[in-house]
Parts: sequence; C-alpha cells; structure tokens
Amino acid sequence: MLKVEHNTNVSVEFSAELLNKFADKVSRYPEANQKSALMPILHDVQAEFGWLSVPAMDKVAEYLRIEPIEVYEVATFYTMYLLKPQGKYFLEVCRTGPCCLIGAEKIMDHIERKLGVPEGEVTADGLFSWRGVECLAACGFGPVLQISPEYTFYENLTPDSVDQLISDLTAKANN
Amino acid sequence: MARKLLLEHINVPGISSYDVYRSKGGYDMVEKALKTLSPDDVVEEVKKSGLRGRGGAGFPTGMKWGFLAKPEGVPRYLVCNADESEPGTFKDRFLMTNLPHLLIEGMIIGSYALGAKTSYIYVRGEMMPQIRILEKAIAEAKNAGFLGKNILGTGYDLELYVQPGGGAYICGEETALLESLEGKRGNPRIKPPFPAIAGLYGCPTVVNNVESIAAVVPIIRDGGEEYAKLGIGRSTGTKLISAGGNVKKPGIYEIDLGLSCEEFLYSDEYCGGIANGKRLKAVVAGGSSVPILPANLFLKTANNEARLMSYESLADGGFATGTMLGSGGFIAFDEDQCIVRNTWNFARFYHHESCGQCSPCREGTGWMEKVLHRLEHGHGKMSDMDLLVDVSKKIEGNTICPLGDAAAWPVASAIRHFRDEFEWHVTDAPIAVTRNYGLAHYADPLNVAV
Repeated sequence: MLKVEHNTNVSVEFSAELLNKFADKVSRYPEANQKSALMPILHDVQAEFGWLSVPAMDKVAEYLRIEPIEVYEVATFYTMYLLKPQGKYFLEVCRTGPCCLIGAEKIMDHIERKLGVPEGEVTADGLFSWRGVECLAACGFGPVLQISPEYTFYENLTPDSVDQLISDLTAKANN
Repeated sequence: MARKLLLEHINVPGISSYDVYRSKGGYDMVEKALKTLSPDDVVEEVKKSGLRGRGGAGFPTGMKWGFLAKPEGVPRYLVCNADESEPGTFKDRFLMTNLPHLLIEGMIIGSYALGAKTSYIYVRGEMMPQIRILEKAIAEAKNAGFLGKNILGTGYDLELYVQPGGGAYICGEETALLESLEGKRGNPRIKPPFPAIAGLYGCPTVVNNVESIAAVVPIIRDGGEEYAKLGIGRSTGTKLISAGGNVKKPGIYEIDLGLSCEEFLYSDEYCGGIANGKRLKAVVAGGSSVPILPANLFLKTANNEARLMSYESLADGGFATGTMLGSGGFIAFDEDQCIVRNTWNFARFYHHESCGQCSPCREGTGWMEKVLHRLEHGHGKMSDMDLLVDVSKKIEGNTICPLGDAAAWPVASAIRHFRDEFEWHVTDAPIAVTRNYGLAHYADPLNVAV
C-alpha cells in the first residue's frame, strides 16, 4: 500500500548517468509508447536509491510524460518495487512449495534468528533486512535466496552457508 | 539415452559466449532460414514439427504463428515469455543462463517468420543476472551482424530487446505480460481479441515461451518432419523437465516425450529415485497448477497402463485420475511430506499472485488459503474439505485468465486424492500439527473417492 505521508520529504535528483540510462530504455520502444520504459526505469531508480519514494516516482512520471498515478499503480502492483527503505543487503528467500520440501522454512527461521529482526524490518546497523518471496524458479537448487539490488543468487542454502554469507557481507560493508 | 536437441552442447565450456556458440554451428540456422527459406516456409516447418507451447498450455506453436494477422502497414511483434514463475519450473532460467544465444537465434528465426522488426524478451525481473547475460549476448549477436539492419545482407532488419518484469506470476499469462510490457499493471485482458489480432500496442503479436522459441532452431536444422519423429503421438520432440522436490538428482533433463514416468523418476540417467532412501508419496508433474497425483496414479494410469511423460498420457483419466504435463515442473514428494501443508503453501502462493481483477479469484484464493491454514494448524472442521472443493469450483472457469483454474486445481486434486489426510488433520489435530501422515492413504489409492 502506498503511504504518501512517509515519503514526501525525501528530495530526489536524477544524475546525468541515470538520465542516460532512462534515455536508452525509452529508445527501445516505438514512438509514443515511452510508457513501456516505466518498469525498467523504476528498476534503475531503485538500484540507485534503494527504494522508490513518492518524489522519485513523481519525477519518473514527469520524465515519461505520464500521470503520477500511472507510476504509483505499477509500483504498488509489482512486488519487486520497494516502497520503503530496506537494509543495504536485502535477502529474499524463496518460500514456495518446492523449496519448502527441502528446508526453506528452516532457512527463513535461521535468518530471522541470526539477524534478530522480523521479516521486512531493518537491522539496527542498517545493513540487513529480509523477506520471504514467492517461487524464484530455481526449485532444483533450493533453498535459494537473492540479494538486491544486484539480485545475486545463492543456491543450496544451509544454516552454515547463510552464516558465512552474512558474515562475508558484513565484512564487505565494513571495509 | 534421449537425443539432445536443446542441450546438445550444454557441457561445452564457454557455450554461453558468442564465439564458442558460433564455433558449434550456432547461428547457422539464421543463415539457413533467412537465405534459403521464406517466412511462410519457416512457419510451415514449425507446423510440421508438431511443437506444442512449452510454457504450460501446450498449444501448437505453428498454429499460433499461423493465426497472426498481417494487415498492411501495421507492425507485428514476437514477444518471448521468459517470466518463468510457475512453482516447480526452472528450465528457462537454466536455458537463459547457459544458452542465451540459442534463445536469441530462435528469436531471430521466429521474428523473420512472423515479419517482426522489433522483438522483446520479457524476463521476470528477479532474473537480473539472466537479463545481464542476455543483453551481453544480444550485443555480441548484433556485433556479428545477426541483429540490426540488413541481417546477412538479406535486407531483413531486426532489433531485439530485453524487458524486465517486476515480480508478478500473473505476467506469465500472455495478455498480462503484454500489459506489463506496455508499462501497466499485469491485469490479463479479456479475449477475444487474441494477441494474434491485437497484442502489443494493439498490433498483431505472438507470445511464445523461451523453450518453444529455442526449439525452433533444431526444427529448422533437421526439418519439422524429423522433429516430429521424436516423441509419441501428438507429443512430438523433446521437452525440458525441471526436476525438484525430494528427488535424488534434481536438475534439468531433456527427455524425448513419451519416456515412462517410472524411468524418469527412478533411472540414474534422470532423477535417480527419491533422496535419502525414502519412498515416493506424490508427484506434481507439470508445475504447481496441475493436479497432484499419489505415487501409484503417477506411475500407472487408472487402467493400469504405464504412465508416460507426454501431454496425452499424463492427462489420461482426466482430472479424476490424471493430471497435465504443463510446463514440465516436476515436483516429487517423499513419504515425510505433508500434503495439507503443501496445499496451503500453494494456496497462499495463488492468493498472493492473484491480480485482483476477477472477484472469484481475488476472494476465492484468499478463502482457500485461510481454510487450509486453519486445517494445517489444527483448527479445521470436517466440513472444510467440502467447503474448499465448493470454493475451488466457484473459481474454476469463472475468471478472465487461467490463474483462477491454476489456483483451484491443486486444492481440488489434493482433496480428491488425499482426503483422508485432510480428515486426519481434523480428527487428530494435536498429532497432525506435530507429525506427518506418511503413506497411510496407500491402503487402496485407486479406490479413494473421486
């Protein structure tokens, strides 16, 4: 659900580099169909800022010459678009049937204990948050998780491999 | 040993790169198609091959191509459906990761056959690594002259782009995918008109699954008739099966359609049986949407004939005792798995993924999830099973797109075949929340009430 009051004070500027990415996206569609670039552009914006604030979405609307509501309705429909800030590393664990047959629920419990925050909340140091997501199409290699914004993918998870991953990421962030 | 058409070179180091792919004869079929075949010839070969859509519906690809309207002066589009999200299915991720150029080669041939000058590969957004792989591969192909203006000097122009989705199962439905590609919510369209008449931007459009498009390459190489010799009956050619769940050797297998289910599950060449020495309880043979079958009905039809991995054999007996090949998302359940818990999990998935457009699906999937949740957590009632069947029937067939059916079938089939296990969750609730039902229902599975 889009809660405008949480977002209105964030000021947003799009860098020249980001605007170049936008222009490349718009060039992929026939003239007058620039709205097709909306989803790729929202991914670019999210990769840059970590989430989609209302001012950022309004600026995207302005750029694409569409109404802000057209951006909001897309941003709230698709689960990948984050409407509030997440940890620097956002762990998304597949929680659908086939992964659960081979231990996904235990992995989610383990992550929750290890990070000490419930699903959707950010650790005090701002480094991590996590959530369960629906099938990531890697059922033969489960349990799996992905880490945005790069969507790097980790397969055949065990509690030990998750511990290793979290300590690697912590070390990386502190360097 | 099945003949490998799509995965022939899968073990060649570096096959995901243009140079290695090209050295193995890659892109030769673009040359063959563009220089020696007319667009209609290509369509004809695909029709002769009997290739059926590999995304799940199994509709003949050549026929779909044949339906494409070709009004003068109106652009036409080929869109590849790479929104792979059917639980149990992971073959398209595998193909795009390891053989991106096979997909691109198929896209060029398909676009040529359909007269498309711009084509899109719509990849589910979570597959950012695969999107990067495809974009790199497209740049390589373009650099080598297989994309862009005047391909191979034939005068044919084609631009190919990758479009990311945003994390919505519904966009695997072709009209939802087109809405999404137009920058909108993924709400399926009312049909008709079908995309062949009015698809992307209102123009004639064909939407095909990754594996279907990849299969066009060997079809052009060997000819449609040769391709049709593989397989069995109307299930021609080879199929990628994503094997997961409790099998000993999960992964992607390319099988000749018509392989026996028993061989696929138990032979060391394929799944190698059930992991950890356990026994098979149930199988979902074609992705989470298709009816679940107890072990015996998966291995043999109700007429006691060997069940085969083909569209027809898996469907033998209808939904009473059969299922569907679907997308080839194969999920095996061992004796320790709880059918109620899995059914609840799938119901939650469909509730989460319902786009909310049609009331029966939006409301019904939520009710099914709630009722299954209470059954799984020991608060169910004996009347819940009939209630679930009733809700599922009110969803099935009453929605714009097949997501409603896909949500209804797993619930209805689980109750059809495993009703005793559901009842046990009510009669022995305190035990049911702590341990599983195991293989108790196998006393006489074929006589479980339909």
